[in-house]
Amino acid sequence: MAEMAIVADGLVKRFGDFTAVDDVSFSVARGEVVGYLGANGSGKTTTMRLLMGLLRPTAGSATVLGLDVACDAERIRPRVGYMSQKFALYEDLTVRENLAFYGGLYGLPLAELPGRVVTLAERVGLAGREDLLAGELSGGWRQRLALGIAMVHRPELLLLDEPTSGVDPAARRAFWNLIYEVAEEGATVLVSTHYMDEAEHCGRLGIMRSGRLLAWGAPAELKRQTVQGEIWELTADPLLTALAALQATPEVIEADLQGDRLRVQTKGGAGGEALLRTVLDAAGCTVTSLTPGEVTLEDVFLALAR
Amino acid sequence: MMQSASAAAGAEDAVILAQGLRRAYGAVQAVDGVSLAVRPGEAYGLLGPDGAGKTTFIRLLVGALRPDAGRAVISGFDLATATEAARATIGYLAGRFSLYGDLTVAENLRFFGQVRGLGGSELNSRARELLGFVGLNGFEAWRAEQLSGGMKQKLGLACALIHRPKVLLLDEPSSGLDPLTRRDLWHLITRVLGEGAAVLVSTPYMDEAARCGRIGLLRAGRLVAEGRPGDLTAPLIGRVLELSAGPRRVVQQVAAADPDVREVLAFGDRFHLLVSDAEGPLARLPQALRAAGAQVERLRSIAPSLEDAFISLYSEAPSVSSPEAAARHG
Amino acid sequence: MLNPRLLSVVRKEFIQIVRDPRTLALTFAMPIIQLFLLGFAATSDVRQVPLAVWDQDRSAASRSLVDAYRAADYFQVAYEADNEAQVRRLVDRGDARAGLVIPPDYGRRLLDGQTATVAFVIDGSDPTVAGTALAAATLIGQAKGAQLSLERLARRGAAVAGMARPPLEVRTRVWFNPDLVSAYYMVPALIGLILQFLTVILTATAIVRERERGTIEQLIVTPIRSWELVVGKLTPYVVIGFMDTVLILFAGMLIFGVPVNGSIPLLLVLSGLFLVTTLGLGLFISTIASTQQEAMITALFFNLPAIFLSGFFFPLAAMPTILQWLSYLIPLRWFLIIVRGIVLKGVGMEALWPQVAALAVFAVLIMGGAALRFHKRLD
Repeated sequence: MAEMAIVADGLVKRFGDFTAVDDVSFSVARGEVVGYLGANGSGKTTTMRLLMGLLRPTAGSATVLGLDVACDAERIRPRVGYMSQKFALYEDLTVRENLAFYGGLYGLPLAELPGRVVTLAERVGLAGREDLLAGELSGGWRQRLALGIAMVHRPELLLLDEPTSGVDPAARRAFWNLIYEVAEEGATVLVSTHYMDEAEHCGRLGIMRSGRLLAWGAPAELKRQTVQGEIWELTADPLLTALAALQATPEVIEADLQGDRLRVQTKGGAGGEALLRTVLDAAGCTVTSLTPGEVTLEDVFLALAR
Repeated sequence: MMQSASAAAGAEDAVILAQGLRRAYGAVQAVDGVSLAVRPGEAYGLLGPDGAGKTTFIRLLVGALRPDAGRAVISGFDLATATEAARATIGYLAGRFSLYGDLTVAENLRFFGQVRGLGGSELNSRARELLGFVGLNGFEAWRAEQLSGGMKQKLGLACALIHRPKVLLLDEPSSGLDPLTRRDLWHLITRVLGEGAAVLVSTPYMDEAARCGRIGLLRAGRLVAEGRPGDLTAPLIGRVLELSAGPRRVVQQVAAADPDVREVLAFGDRFHLLVSDAEGPLARLPQALRAAGAQVERLRSIAPSLEDAFISLYSEAPSVSSPEAAARHG
Repeated sequence: MLNPRLLSVVRKEFIQIVRDPRTLALTFAMPIIQLFLLGFAATSDVRQVPLAVWDQDRSAASRSLVDAYRAADYFQVAYEADNEAQVRRLVDRGDARAGLVIPPDYGRRLLDGQTATVAFVIDGSDPTVAGTALAAATLIGQAKGAQLSLERLARRGAAVAGMARPPLEVRTRVWFNPDLVSAYYMVPALIGLILQFLTVILTATAIVRERERGTIEQLIVTPIRSWELVVGKLTPYVVIGFMDTVLILFAGMLIFGVPVNGSIPLLLVLSGLFLVTTLGLGLFISTIASTQQEAMITALFFNLPAIFLSGFFFPLAAMPTILQWLSYLIPLRWFLIIVRGIVLKGVGMEALWPQVAALAVFAVLIMGGAALRFHKRLD
């Protein structure tokens, strides 16, 4: 157990009639980078709050760094960095003041604070911006400051709640780069996200829907286990007629418009390419290209939710 | 009028036409000279992060805000002079839930129908048709606030469609929805497209934008790139390498030092290398990495994603400052 | 010795207060503005009530009666009316607050030795003003009446030695404060009012703001202890409370000449005790409200009854018994007695200990209750 950074065992959290987290169990080993994927309201934030001892579980239990979250929250918190969804920054304080404030809260001696602030600002790429007000920073920079705050006390475990929502793609990638650097220095990281493509970045991931953990595993493994059949990408003319014809075909699990092309999932062993050509021919469509496509996490999600 | 190629090319038959639209809030230029054109039956994806100007732009297109400069023409009506005629052809789903939570599903639909001048049996049959269309049959008597996020969006879509608009403007319709609901919503949007409406969708999601026939990338109020998904990734074909190797610091240093590598990006347990030419790095890098003490699992050329395309746009446009630029230099 | 966590919170609070100059200015402008309003405007002294006069007699005697009213500071003869309808209209419109109607036979009846009657009508919509004005009018009438009877006696040659002058001089300001004495009474109480009003709202919103912006979540996950967070957040408001107290006291002394007869250090110490109750109330509200707006409304909900039942505006003795009993639950009530006692009467602990004891009980109960409710959790 000492090797495990997080162990959740049958966690349940109800708010009145509403079950936000419904019998969730998983474990995260030290040094892992784990994604926690789900839509708004699927229970990601509630799970993280349970792990931080911010909420009491209705049932089940969890340990973080070997300590019970229900009774040892105050011993867990100094060893864990938490970045809450709203980027909890004081907008009327500068970058430096925000970092120093939280440094003080974690009990860093006054003499050490200025040095630690400089190191952190450099670490998250905010060097040179220490005297800007947090409210003046754009999304990507605020996100970095929030991460800096979560790391002010050199935590062993980082829980990041939707750190990349609303941030532009370049900033998102840069942020993931940062996450992996931190992980390489030995920290364990649990990151929640509602971006499918981001979850691909994680060594392992959990998929949440309506409070339930649908799956837990490595992205490639989940794709192999859950998505049946074949994925195809094709262009045809007229495109929407082709789409309608495919959606009416029983061997087709899923057919979607993807910009200027169609993405089709056929049942395994349905004769893939030949089947599609026959269907489209019969509908009076000309197939201009037809290539195998790649399985995505969205396919995994749809397969699990179905 | 000739500000952008697409606006010029699509101008004749476009039902959504923006020409040099600008709008500032105080010192912030929220929309900074955007031109675009969308034809009937076309889906246009306006992709951008929070604060890029998506919502302001859509509000300019519905006439909820006045532009500081430029003009917007919807279904041939200039919004500045024939606002109401233009609006009569627009269906609009605002980013924030803007139905009446304390009215029922049926009451919401009826209200928005009446506002649009529908009445009597016509309104009733249209409402029934739309409830079936969005899959809310049986929920007529529910109050809108009791619906789940996805059902609210479907009701919003039904209300936006009640007057059979030629132009559908959707502001982040699927933010925060789960993929299943998102897929259902897109099935509906696809059917509206099939009926010949022009649809403009704003979104922060790359994969959602990829569903559109054309994508415009909005950044700090400017349209920095526009094109069909295939056209946007085309320049990168053969220029993206995927590298599985560690430890990261060493890999990053060695890879970045290669003369043909323009950008090294962590992609989970892998790296994406954006290169000016693939041959050199493919031949040189594994050796160089091993020499530096790194372990190399795999290096291969991969098909570029839309994200790769946009990232390369950012990194090859040094005038735009971004966090990752500073992180690299700092 | 130095607790870095506590220090961090205090420093952060001060930075935030200074970065919001508008609120900061309000916290100091508010007491000064209130001081002027209550000192000048809200005085219950009645002066210069506009009076409409319909003198149907226009004799020397009637003019002498009008002069008697004119001479008193209470009335100002603003209108000379020609008929009753005009008097009524002037009073209805509020141009005149009172009317004096002198009948045509006033002078003749006096000369005949009969009783003359004049009508005095008054606008009763403001009972305080009306009551005072009526009393004043009656007094003036009586004084005039006494003077007239003396003159009559004198004329009949029945004057007794020593009675050539009126036997008693009716003082026209018997019950009423000549200058701004209500300021003496109001200014010290204003300290209590401002502390109650300002500190409850400031503390409630300061804590709720953290919840509203989501920063409370980040605070909770740090090792800071609840008491450190509470004390750290409240400290700046204690400082502001003391600064306001001193500000009101000195402004009251300088502008209104309020005499401070008791010990200022004692006043400050007991203000501190009162502050514990208001800060505790603010803290309590912050544990209930989830938005700043809710916090403001809840603060009003507690503040308004507290102020009305404190004896600030209305004398407690005049209230129904049930409200008097309720007023015992209002810390401000006790503090007003303390502050008025120290400033006006110059008394000390020997007289005030029951009030101080009551306040201390409230301080422990309110702050203790609020602190118990203040959890480092979200549910």
